[in-house]
Amino acid sequence: MSFFSFGQSAEIDVVLTDAETRKKAEHKTEDGKKDKYFLFYDGETVAGKVNVTLKNPGKRLEHQGIKIEFVGQIELYYDRGNHHEFVSLVKDLARPGELTQSQTFDFEFTHVEKPYESYTGQNVKLRYFLRATVSRRLNDISKEMDIVVHTLSTYPELNSSIKMEVGIEDCLHIEFEYNKSKYHLKDVIVGKIYFLLVRIKIKHMEIDIIKRETTGTGPSVYHENDTIAKYEIMDGAPVRGESIPIRLFLAGYEMTPTMRDINKKFSVRYYLNLVLIDEEERRYFKQQEITLWRKGDVVRKSMSSQATIGAQRFEGSKSSVSSVLDLKCRA
Amino acid sequence: MSDPTVADTRRLNSKPQDLTDAYGPPSNFLEIDVYDPQTTGVGRNRFTTYEVRMQTNLPIFKLKDSVVRRRYSDFEWLKNELERDSKIVVPPLPGKALKRQLPFRGDEGIFEDSFIEERRVGLEQFINRLAGHPLAQNERCLHMFLQDESIDRNYIPGKVRHSPRDENDVYSAHLLNPTPPGCLALSLEPTLSLP
Repeated sequence: MSFFSFGQSAEIDVVLTDAETRKKAEHKTEDGKKDKYFLFYDGETVAGKVNVTLKNPGKRLEHQGIKIEFVGQIELYYDRGNHHEFVSLVKDLARPGELTQSQTFDFEFTHVEKPYESYTGQNVKLRYFLRATVSRRLNDISKEMDIVVHTLSTYPELNSSIKMEVGIEDCLHIEFEYNKSKYHLKDVIVGKIYFLLVRIKIKHMEIDIIKRETTGTGPSVYHENDTIAKYEIMDGAPVRGESIPIRLFLAGYEMTPTMRDINKKFSVRYYLNLVLIDEEERRYFKQQEITLWRKGDVVRKSMSSQATIGAQRFEGSKSSVSSVLDLKCRA
Repeated sequence: MSDPTVADTRRLNSKPQDLTDAYGPPSNFLEIDVYDPQTTGVGRNRFTTYEVRMQTNLPIFKLKDSVVRRRYSDFEWLKNELERDSKIVVPPLPGKALKRQLPFRGDEGIFEDSFIEERRVGLEQFINRLAGHPLAQNERCLHMFLQDESIDRNYIPGKVRHSPRDENDVYSAHLLNPTPPGCLALSLEPTLSLP
């Protein structure tokens, strides 16, 4: 914006065509506040109008061109100068000339690819925005409008359970099991911890969800760990043969889908950390990565995956799988 | 037909627990008592010893019930051995009380009943915390301290077990959560499958 009171200036406004109907999603800003932005998915068209309103209605506005850009970029906080643009589209709205009155320009970016989900983290930010610019000799007038992009997935074909026997030789042996390795953001982690050998004095056990944001490559890799949740699953001393159930609802926690090596710039991964604490505050832990994905609102489970879920209840009983399928077919 | 948007949260199947496991004695029994302080010797050569009794059902200890007599400097020796040879954070000992050993005190100094009791409690806490540590249980010096009649200061330091429970296995994982100072975090590694 110009500070000079003489000459002409203008205000730019970007309005989407479907502003009335399009859903908005909450997204955290860099300083931790939550704001709502228009929500887009990969492949959707971004269309609307750019309103250029002259501040002094009598005067003319000379300009070197008016354009609108759709940008998707990754910004590393320690390297603010370099934005890595992975999507960059431009539409010229007006050739260099002058505006004698306020004007509105239509634009449409058709079926725009939005390969990654919007992300605001501790050391990196991935954002999409529209930027309308009125170029001028001395200073441009521009306006940015951020949008939020979600990446959707469907139920994975292969989603095996995680089951492992771990411990400290002759001291503590446990078998832990989580019902899946891939969970959607509103899913439930169902599992169990089975004690095979307990020669230490355990006080309690908890499951932590840890988010690890990795930025940088090669020797300058940096991991930022954040404990999203601590959930106590057992209070008191277990003995051999005891089985402790786990039921952890993910919808209550603020998480994003797993993001692996996004544009070779950063990753966001999630881990379940099983922690046992003994009476002397010593901690025994086992960490396991899980994959998180975002489920679309209207997605129907396939019949075969429903049957698989039903069969998971029964350890090793194959006959029940076919009977469940039979029931589903008849329904 | 069940609602496809509601997740199945039923518990996973598990084997029912054997009642002898459920109601039997726990396998983690370990109790050490430090008691019966006795001051022996005369004049400047006096020192106090304590009876250290260990009762346990942990298989790593040869004796399930052992009694030995130890003095404060024996506890110090144990702490130093473990700090040198093992990677564990050794719990603190009760103080050395050097001030109490200066002359011209109004009271009995380190032979004062209240001080001996304070020290006894501290030594008991120290040895219980230490003996329950899976890595300390590997060290020859701990077993010698608890179960040999006398401490051979010329012993050859070493590990008690030859099987994989050593520092490299147990500490190998990247510790994610910052642990509070003095706290210990051991990573659980895949165990050899039992027959």
